[in-house]
Amino acid sequence: MSTDGRQIVIPSQELGDTKTHKSGRGTFVERGKIYSERIGFLNIQGDMIHVVPITGRYDPTPGDFVIGIVEEASTSNWMVDINAPYPALLHVNEVPWEIDFGDTEKYLNKGDTILAKVLQVDESKKLQITLNDRNLFKIKGGHIIDVEASKVPRIIGKKGSMIALIKKYTRCRIFVGQNGRIWIDGDPEGIENALQAINKIQTEALSFGLTNRIEELLKKDAKDVR
Amino acid sequence: MKSDIELINSEGKRLDGRGPEDLRKIKIEAGVLHRADGSCSIEWGGNKILVAVYGPREAVPRHCQNPLRAIVQARYNMAAFSVEDRKRPGPDRRSVEISKVISEALEKVILTEQFPRATVDVNIEVLDAEAGTRCAGLTAAGVALVDAGIPLRDIPVACAAGKIGGRVVLDLGKEEDNFGDADLPIAISPRTGEVLLLQMDGHLTLDEFNQAYDLAVKGCQQVSEMQKKAITHKYQAIVAEVE
Repeated sequence: MSTDGRQIVIPSQELGDTKTHKSGRGTFVERGKIYSERIGFLNIQGDMIHVVPITGRYDPTPGDFVIGIVEEASTSNWMVDINAPYPALLHVNEVPWEIDFGDTEKYLNKGDTILAKVLQVDESKKLQITLNDRNLFKIKGGHIIDVEASKVPRIIGKKGSMIALIKKYTRCRIFVGQNGRIWIDGDPEGIENALQAINKIQTEALSFGLTNRIEELLKKDAKDVR
Repeated sequence: MKSDIELINSEGKRLDGRGPEDLRKIKIEAGVLHRADGSCSIEWGGNKILVAVYGPREAVPRHCQNPLRAIVQARYNMAAFSVEDRKRPGPDRRSVEISKVISEALEKVILTEQFPRATVDVNIEVLDAEAGTRCAGLTAAGVALVDAGIPLRDIPVACAAGKIGGRVVLDLGKEEDNFGDADLPIAISPRTGEVLLLQMDGHLTLDEFNQAYDLAVKGCQQVSEMQKKAITHKYQAIVAEVE
C-alpha cells in the first residue's frame, strides 16, 4: 500500500506496539497495540506514530488562523461559522473596537466575513475565537472559496512555498484559513488563474512534484511577473 | 412458508448456482457523491444501495444532543421502486427498526467521545432490493464513514447466513429468504470479532445456530477484505491518475 515512501493506512490497521512507540494524532490504543483511527498517511516521528488525515472535517486547535462567517449577533457576542463541527463564539472583548452594550450589529452582522484566530477549545469542544491579534480583520471584497481542510497544508506548501508561488504569478492577495476557506482578492484574471491553480492542487494533492507543475501552469497564464 | 421449489438440490447447488458457502457477487465503490462528506455505493447480488455520511456536525434539536459524545443517526430508507410491488414511500415499522439497529451498531465503532454534542448522519438509500439489504447497507455505511474521515475503532461489516431446505447456507437470496426456514443477519467488528448486530427470523436449533453464526462470521471476513480494497482503491486511484 505504499506510494513512494508515503504509506496510506486505513482505520483499524495495526501500526505498532505501545512498548516501542507512542500513540500520536489519528491513532488509538487497545490492549497495548496502536491502531489507526482514520484513513491517512502514516507519519512516524521518533517514537511517536501519527496518522495525517486525507479527508475529514476541520478540527480546530488554538492558534489556527481561520476565515469565519458571522451567523448571529447577540448583545455581547457573535456566533461564527468556522467550518468546524460546532459554531464558534466571538465575545465583544475579543474585538479591537469599543462596543456599547447591544451595539454588536453595528460592527459585525449576519453574513459578514472575518479573518480570526482560534483562541481556545475546551473539553466539551466549545470554541472561542478572537480578532485581537495582528493581521486579523473584517474582510471586504474579494472571493471566498471552500476547499477540503485536509488539503490546506498542500495549498500552503512547505514553508509557504506554494502559496507564495500563486501570489507571485497572479498578483492576488490570498489568505488561506486553516479551516479550508480561502480568501482571494485581485483583478478578475488573476483570481481566475489562482482558482485554477488551487483546483489543480486539490485534485492532485496526494502526488509528488506538485509545486513544479503548478509553476508551469501559472507561468503559461501569467503575462507579467513582478 | 412452504413451497414446491427445491431451494437447494442434493449436490448442494442453490437456485442461482451457488454452493452453500458462496457469497453473491459484491461490488463496492467509495466516494461516489460529491456533496456528502463521505459516500459509498454497493451492489450485492441484486441489491443496489447508496450511502451518504454527513458530519460530525452540531446535533439539532438541542435536546437530542449528548454533552459527552456524538450521537449517530442512521436512516434506512427503501425507494418506492426498490421492490416488485411499489412500496409505499416513507418510514414504516420495518425501516424504523432497521434504522435503529444500524445506528446502534455504528455507534459502537465510531469514536463518538471525540465529538461531544455532535451528530453523525448516515443516510442509507435502498435503490434495488433483493434480500439482505440491512447487511449490505451496514457494510456500505462502514466504507462511507471511512470516506468521510470519521475516526473509527474498526470498519463495521455485515453478512447473513440462514437455513434453506434443511441446510445451513451463507448469504440468502430473494427466494431463499422468502421460502427458507431461517435468516440470521449479523454485523461484526472484524478486528476484534465483536458482534454489533444480530437478528434472527425463523427457527434454528442451537447446533444450527452455531453453525450459521460461524458461517456468517466467515462471510463477514470475506466482505471486510472487499471493503478495504474499495477504500484503498479510491485513494490509490487519485495518486495513480497524476503519475
